[in-house]
Amino acid sequence: MVAVYGDDHVDSGRPGFFTRWFYSTNHKDIGTLYLVFAIISGLIGGYLSLMMRLELAEPGVQIFESEHQYNVFISMHGLIMIFFMVMPALIGGFGNWFVPIMIGAPDMAFPRMNNLSFWLLPVALVCLLISFFVQGDASGNGFGGGWVMYPPLSTSGSPGPAFDFVIIGLLAAGFSSIFGAINFITTILNMRAPGMTMHKMPLFAWGVLVTAFLLLLALPVLAASLFMLFTDRIPGGTGFFDPAMGGDPVMFQHLFWFFGHPEVYIMILPAFGIISHVVSTFSRKPIFGYLGMAYAMVAIGVVGFIVWAHHMYTVGMNVNLKAYFMAATLVIAVPTGIKIFSWLATMWGGSIRFTIPMLWAQAFIFLFVIGGVTGVVLANAGVDSALHDTYYVVAHFHYVLSMGAVFGIFCGFYYWFGKMSGLQYNKWLATIHFWFSFVGVNLIFFPQHFLGMQGMPRRYIDYPDAFSLWNKVSSYGSYVTLIGTLFFFVMLIEAYISRRRVSDNYWGEGATTLEWTLSSPPPFHQFDTLPRIGRDDHH
Amino acid sequence: MAGAHAVEHDYHLVPPSPWPFLSGVACLVWGLGMVVFFTGLVDRNPASPDVMTEFFFARGLDTIQGRDASNGGWIILLLGSLFAAYVMYRWWRDVAKESVQGDHTPVVDIGLRYGMILFIMQEVMFFVGWFWMFFEIGLFHKVRTGWNTDILENAEGYGNWPPPDVTTIDPWHLPLMNTLVLLLSGTTVTWAHHALINGNRKGAKWGLGLTILLGIFFTLLQGIEYVHAFDYREDGAFWLSTNVYGSAFFLATGFHGLHVVIGTIFLLAIWLRLMNGGLKPEKHFGLEAAAWYWHFVDVVWLFLFAFVYVVFQ
Repeated sequence: MVAVYGDDHVDSGRPGFFTRWFYSTNHKDIGTLYLVFAIISGLIGGYLSLMMRLELAEPGVQIFESEHQYNVFISMHGLIMIFFMVMPALIGGFGNWFVPIMIGAPDMAFPRMNNLSFWLLPVALVCLLISFFVQGDASGNGFGGGWVMYPPLSTSGSPGPAFDFVIIGLLAAGFSSIFGAINFITTILNMRAPGMTMHKMPLFAWGVLVTAFLLLLALPVLAASLFMLFTDRIPGGTGFFDPAMGGDPVMFQHLFWFFGHPEVYIMILPAFGIISHVVSTFSRKPIFGYLGMAYAMVAIGVVGFIVWAHHMYTVGMNVNLKAYFMAATLVIAVPTGIKIFSWLATMWGGSIRFTIPMLWAQAFIFLFVIGGVTGVVLANAGVDSALHDTYYVVAHFHYVLSMGAVFGIFCGFYYWFGKMSGLQYNKWLATIHFWFSFVGVNLIFFPQHFLGMQGMPRRYIDYPDAFSLWNKVSSYGSYVTLIGTLFFFVMLIEAYISRRRVSDNYWGEGATTLEWTLSSPPPFHQFDTLPRIGRDDHH
Repeated sequence: MAGAHAVEHDYHLVPPSPWPFLSGVACLVWGLGMVVFFTGLVDRNPASPDVMTEFFFARGLDTIQGRDASNGGWIILLLGSLFAAYVMYRWWRDVAKESVQGDHTPVVDIGLRYGMILFIMQEVMFFVGWFWMFFEIGLFHKVRTGWNTDILENAEGYGNWPPPDVTTIDPWHLPLMNTLVLLLSGTTVTWAHHALINGNRKGAKWGLGLTILLGIFFTLLQGIEYVHAFDYREDGAFWLSTNVYGSAFFLATGFHGLHVVIGTIFLLAIWLRLMNGGLKPEKHFGLEAAAWYWHFVDVVWLFLFAFVYVVFQ
């Protein structure tokens, strides 16, 4: 394929500003909207976490007006980072931008519904932000029951309208994701270029496909349980989770985690796809064990649906059930191991270039393995009885999310930034961003393993002096990460001021997927003539 | 589209559209309306009433529950719902127009089929959530009381399903009638489909019209059943706030009822297109999608009938 379009001024068919960004039906513009939205949400979520670390830097209550306010920050940090930062960036942002291009399609299958998926997210975020400022429980504004929203904290424990706004917001975000999932599955199954069989499809598209199925099957169950919470909260309403009416609060945990566990794979599978492309590109080798990589993601997705109760070992569950959930959970380590070892095998004997995205990919593999092995520790029901709801769990899931999913996001961002914007970032600024982030997040979260082992519970505003050392270190880590994040924005601003143009395939020989056959940035509508994939082309 | 380069594929590149953005705005109004109606943003203060704020933003449900009649807390919810309905109407009208213009090429048609199947899949998972709840409370509590002595304080409530103080609805009365109505509507919609395929537009109109009437009839019968249960809630019947059986019964059948209404509106929209000369024997995916959805609603009812009404009566 030869790029047929020069610079972006030649493109026609591009509407005016308001129509282009509000009424968009273009997958690349909608992808950009998603990325901008994810950056804004990331700043809000990051602000919440920075306040938490400032509070926890010393024993005693420093910053927050009340314990309730701290709990509000914790709950909203979780919800905003998951639903409004990681998912919009990986699925909405990169998924929208690159899934159609990678499979050789001109756009998504349902371009209007694509825009609906996006616009439901700002609506949802507004609902969550309103909830900060309206009555939660008697002690203050906002909802402080944790992102898991367990009743009775979320029903009789939080009678004000704050949690109703959270429910409405999550329903909107959920429908956004469901529509997005329908769109991605249809696009991938129906719109692949001639010759691109499923087994020739790039791994990022595979990751998004599996993710979309997880969204499609998990989110409706969350919607049902959110409706149950909603009606349980109405005085004179239902009693699904109210023991006085014969209901059962543990049932909410089952329903929630049936969604919640696939949700963690929803956040990591697209990142797996990005890492595969980056590792392959900068080792200048095709990915090792392509089919194994694709079906490992499918296996993770399938098994991810039958392990949910490992989040609930301490609810008083039958020991046989615990044994089952423990075994099923440990099984997930097998396909995950396939992915890790295949990335290593891809690099083995490759001519490796340590570009910025490759740095993030290396860090991803290293840190995700740490988060993975603590996951294996926590999967054991007996061990988890001691570690449940301690900082060990916080450290574990931040290693797989804030260093897995988020490193995957930055990896993809630096890999595709030139393709999306047509501009070259300053490598020194990007390198500084990487190293500050890498050191910073490790400084935040590695000490939290120690705190958890020592028994410090999560979601507490205060702690005994004995925990102060590692808390202080952890808080310093958040300042280092903040500096790194500032460099990210400096890097962005510098790139847009300097306007260094990049070529079509600025990564050279190793980058083989279809987006590198287009101009940077791609034309407003690509592939007016569909690309043809030959029998011997690899992915 | 792009300059001198001809578009050589059959995909449908949709021009910019205001409806998705306006759907988002409608969703925001609707969401605000839901919160105001069910919880309320401000408390009523008889000492120093802020009349306008309290009228619009105090809890709207109070009106229905008879605590305070002078209340406008339902207005935002109504506005949001009407706004959403208008946007959906315009959006789907655009889709119907595009279909007439020939934008729905064979490959786009396959995409629409994928989309509808996936949408029904997510609807199925939504009802999996409700049946999960129903079975977990109905079956699992008996088991769980044996494991965990902490919850034995309410052993009768957990150990029996339905709870002993509830008189359930006789499944061989209105529910059986409802089952027959829905099964019959499944045959009439198939009649309409095959009539259209064979070029018999009159038969298609009759079949689809009857399906819609049967859908409305089902909703009516369900309404009678609900009113009956509500009227006798003090005398052995149940309401959603009686206990968890009532909650499970009304929310599971209620969400099914909502989907029957949605399905009926879907069929009605297709019927109107049919009456206005739309839908061709060789190309009528709108009708097929509505029929798929209708069959899905039908199947959910069969599960509800079998388990909620018959097995646990």
